[in-house]
Amino acid sequence: MLPIIKNIYFIHIMKEEVRLMKGNEAVAHAAILYGCDGYFGYPITPQSEVLETLEALMPWETTGMVVLQAESEVAAINMVYGGAASGKAVMTSSSSPGISLKQEGISYIAGSELPALILNVMRGGPGLGTIQPSQADYFQATKGGGHGDYRLIVLSPSSVQEMVDFVGLGFDLSFKYRTPAMILADGIVGQMMEKVVLPPQRPRRTDEEIRRQCPWATTGRNGERKRNVVTSLELESSRMEIINHRLQARYREIERNETRWEEIGVEDADYLIVAFGSIARICAKAMEMAEEKGIKAGIIRPITLWPFPKEAVEKAARGKKGILCVELNAGQMIEDVRLAVHDSLPVEHYGRLGGIIPSPQEIVDALEEKLINNIP
Amino acid sequence: MEIEDIIKEENKVYSKPRLLDDVHMHYCPGCSHGVVHKLLAEVIDEMGLAERTVGVSPVGCAVFAYNYIDVDWVEAAHGRAPAVATALSRLWPSNVVFTYQGDGDMAAIGTAESIHAANRGENIVMIFVNNAIYGMTGGQMAPTTLIGQKTATTPYGRRVDLNGHPLEITDILARLDGTCYVTRQSVHTPASVRKTKGCIKKAFENALAKKGTSVVEIVSTCNSGWKMSPVESNEWMERNMFEKYPLGDLKNI
Ligand SMILES: Cc1ncc(C[n+]2csc(CCOP(=O)(O)OP(=O)(O)O)c2C)c(N)n1
Repeated sequence: MLPIIKNIYFIHIMKEEVRLMKGNEAVAHAAILYGCDGYFGYPITPQSEVLETLEALMPWETTGMVVLQAESEVAAINMVYGGAASGKAVMTSSSSPGISLKQEGISYIAGSELPALILNVMRGGPGLGTIQPSQADYFQATKGGGHGDYRLIVLSPSSVQEMVDFVGLGFDLSFKYRTPAMILADGIVGQMMEKVVLPPQRPRRTDEEIRRQCPWATTGRNGERKRNVVTSLELESSRMEIINHRLQARYREIERNETRWEEIGVEDADYLIVAFGSIARICAKAMEMAEEKGIKAGIIRPITLWPFPKEAVEKAARGKKGILCVELNAGQMIEDVRLAVHDSLPVEHYGRLGGIIPSPQEIVDALEEKLINNIP
Repeated sequence: MEIEDIIKEENKVYSKPRLLDDVHMHYCPGCSHGVVHKLLAEVIDEMGLAERTVGVSPVGCAVFAYNYIDVDWVEAAHGRAPAVATALSRLWPSNVVFTYQGDGDMAAIGTAESIHAANRGENIVMIFVNNAIYGMTGGQMAPTTLIGQKTATTPYGRRVDLNGHPLEITDILARLDGTCYVTRQSVHTPASVRKTKGCIKKAFENALAKKGTSVVEIVSTCNSGWKMSPVESNEWMERNMFEKYPLGDLKNI
């Protein structure tokens, strides 16, 4: 069976066909096609299809990509750390409880200034919570998560196509800035099937290319250079402060260059909805329904959750009567929205918890109730 | 005879390993880590592997091993060296990868990573320095601390009812199908140093031959943590540690 699947797969790629697949499956395909060198993961719902798809596609026989089911998320992220230290393009995926376990490793990757890609297909918490979709790891992803002063580049896909596109974008950004990137997806994007166009196969970099591109990597001294050491340890405080300043300068550069968002009907709207991930698409439907009632709302969808598009939100909010933040959590992104608009207008939150997805009608109702009827 | 006549190449009986850097080590006088470093530096150089060896240093006293041995190094989180080494070895199969771990790293916080890397038969070398104590954090109980042994967290001696039994991690590793060579040695006498060097060499040969995981445990002293002189430590180790952790090969295939 398996070799046949493989052949079909490559024929499809060559034709650049539109295909129908789950977000999680699409990530697996995108990783191979990007020329990813290694994937290390541990099963957890709702993202196990990433590992399952990779194991079925057997990329070690085609591109040479390493795929390994680790003994835990802790082991998986430390495998990513090791692979990243050696200059390889490596990734892991998990869902909320597993991402919590990875935090020490993510902090080490950030502290050692390494590129890596981490996918979190969020489920509801706290604790073991639920396997249903959630966006409750926004704080964890955008405010640090692990210990120390670091940031992740956080990409928020709202479609299966973006799941694919952000694999490439995430790797590119993480290599450009030598800092880990996270795709923060909700369980909906991971599980739903949609049309998707996969990119062409990129060859994996040769060992020689990696040595040239990553002169800092632990590739083995190989005759030409002094030893490379990848570490996040620096006991001398004055030097540790310099390292921290270097990281912070890089984060400011990322904020300047890489902030991404999408706007829908913002200009002539009276109200602004801010939502990320798949929820932004439900909000787009709600926006149409509101319009039928004569309520003009526009949407800002942050694509990078860090760096947060604060200037875009601030600009879009000018002249509006209020902002509704719709999230699958108890109110997390709303803090960044409030910081962006400095309390210049009412900012309200509407969220469902525990894995419940709001209907467009509920969002219209919330808009009316919280911003239109309740204006003091 | 003048001193100049004596200081000649042909009279040389010992020289510092080429891969060992000419810097002060942070280890306490009498500690086993320095000797183990020296052996590693010698073996890697003699086997011509300096340019394709990558070491993984632990969290523990050997965290700064990367400052002493002139190969590429990755510094791992506490206990995670075998996971880091797994990726380094699988992604660069022509390199030789070794971990260097203490007993806390190997047998407490990193038990899962150590057992599973060995069980997968990763083609790596695991150097395990068992000093029966947490050296770096100031002498607390380790999983390998002996019954009755006093540490900062067992001030009246380790008790089975409170702290459980010393963990024989190396015996467990030897039982796994992924390991090809598991040995327990020491470096407290010239003879044991020579023997251990041969064991480390064998472990590196196994990694080159892709035979699976090799584990070299070195039963070691920590005179600072044990609060003894170096000489007393060696004697205490011979009297007490070797009974629980007998020297010799546990597995050699
Ligand atoms: C996650 C984590 N927990 C605890 C520590 C603190 N810590 C540093 S070294 C160490 C014990 C090291 O003991 P061992 O592995 O036996 O090595 P030794 O220092 O004796 O060589 C501990 C608990 C840490 N750095 N990280």
